[in-house]
Amino acid sequence: MLKGKALKFGDNISTDHIIPGRYAHLRSNLRELAKHVLEDADPTFASRVKKGGIIVAGNNFGLGSSREHAPLVIKMAGVSAILAKSVARIFFRNAINLGLPVLICDTDKIDDGDELKIELKKGMVKDTTNGNELTFGKMPDIMLRILNQGGLIPYIQKYGDFKL
Amino acid sequence: MGKTLAEKILSRKSGSDARCGDIVIAQVDLVFAQDTTGPLTVRQFRAGNAKRLANPKKTALFLDHAAPSPKREVSNDHQLLRQFAQKTGCLIYDVGGGICHQIVAESLAKPGDVIVGADSHTVTAGGLGAFATGMGSSDVAVIFALGKSWFRVPETIKIALSGKFGRRVGAKDLVLRLIGDIGADGATYKALEFGGDGLASLNMSDRFTVANMAVEAGAKAGLFPADKVTRHYLNSQKRGDGYQPLSADSDAVYENTISINLASLEPLVAKPHTVDNVATARSLKGTKIQQVFIGTCTNGRMEDLAIAAAILKGKMRHPQTRLIIGPASPQVLLSAISAGYIRTLVEAGGVILPPGCGACLGLHQGVLAEGETCLSTANRNFKGRMGSPQAFIYLSSPATAAASAITGEITDPREVS
Repeated sequence: MLKGKALKFGDNISTDHIIPGRYAHLRSNLRELAKHVLEDADPTFASRVKKGGIIVAGNNFGLGSSREHAPLVIKMAGVSAILAKSVARIFFRNAINLGLPVLICDTDKIDDGDELKIELKKGMVKDTTNGNELTFGKMPDIMLRILNQGGLIPYIQKYGDFKL
Repeated sequence: MGKTLAEKILSRKSGSDARCGDIVIAQVDLVFAQDTTGPLTVRQFRAGNAKRLANPKKTALFLDHAAPSPKREVSNDHQLLRQFAQKTGCLIYDVGGGICHQIVAESLAKPGDVIVGADSHTVTAGGLGAFATGMGSSDVAVIFALGKSWFRVPETIKIALSGKFGRRVGAKDLVLRLIGDIGADGATYKALEFGGDGLASLNMSDRFTVANMAVEAGAKAGLFPADKVTRHYLNSQKRGDGYQPLSADSDAVYENTISINLASLEPLVAKPHTVDNVATARSLKGTKIQQVFIGTCTNGRMEDLAIAAAILKGKMRHPQTRLIIGPASPQVLLSAISAGYIRTLVEAGGVILPPGCGACLGLHQGVLAEGETCLSTANRNFKGRMGSPQAFIYLSSPATAAASAITGEITDPREVS
């Protein structure tokens, strides 16, 4: 079970919001890069995110670039999961490949700062601040297995190949 | 029941009867990374203890996003990629070698191929009938090692084109109209497939422009059939042997069909800060611009420079508006020199960048200051992308960009001589 505080964002948070292209020269210096996580969407984010924090976003989270550094710096900041109404395809795959859960649910029912509990196996999010329970959609089995191994590289190391 | 282009290609490459919604494992014909995604790709390749590439001659690295290197950190990343290429024997296109998507189009992609790049605009090669899509560094590292990946076979939205473009209206206006109508997530996880009688009037450059921006509607691929326009293009690139005709079955099943009459389009602009924020160029008259950027994988081809040169010939850029031109490849640059376009553009006050991504992503060669406005022929106008988060990026066709460089404000290109 994952527990953490909701950090709320709106629609269309792009990979340039998450980690702007102007910092691409820092991509081999992840600790430095991570200081700028989401700064164009919320300049206070890096300072207020706590370990286990849960990003709660609207539609089309992570649109834009294929840069895997986007979910990587979010994970490095201590975020344990991302909830969104919808998520861009490449970002979704990248996050799962790094072992960072991305779950699709109706995030309108969650407010910034709410305490959340996520039960991955049950497919359920409980907002313990307002008592709401939300369900999230099932992801393809192959993604679930990659997530369960902690990411794509550990998955391939374990199985040696893709298993359907 | 017939198949869409996506289903056809993924069926062949997975050796299965692939239908939308299925998960398949498919062989990858070409895999690549560039200088901002490549270093992490190399690290993930090594993290997985991979020793060699599955197909060195079908694996490529491109130094295009910040090239020649503007910063020491980027230089170190470039060095890492050169050393990896030397050790593994993969293809490498070093600084000035062109934008990855343009080189893939000119020299590497074939109809029916599955292509994966660590760059979201990998979809560009859909213009010649390749199932081409972007992924992140981990996925690409695994393809480097295994030569294959898993794919969810996408549902397809068909875009039925009819008619012909009007004067100074083109492929960029078409794709902006489409994204404006369906939204920046209107095709998430799906393929866009272009067809209809209007297809015949889209040359290969037009098709690359449209396919390139499929991802701006969230699409996994933007697919064109391979027809005589494709064959002619491959012949002109001396790659005619790579041609095979490719079309969807007449009874293929689409999620829905959107019809667009090319004759009904007019010059369009995407306003800050999302690509689906589309308005007509004429409605934005009076919007002052400090920089015009004509280039990128979207509109940095010979045909684009020809349009810009035709409008700027004998004219001068507005004194308060910088004009930056980025040819997408050495072939484009050399052809534009031979045709006299480079002379025309420099005489109009333009500055020519080396072949590469240029100012598109805010790293070098045209970084925007606080409060500045740029009209760019690129594919993204996200906040902060080209430099300051307090800058404003508008996107347009090369015709609209060239006309606006003369007036210093957003201008409908049909209004200049």
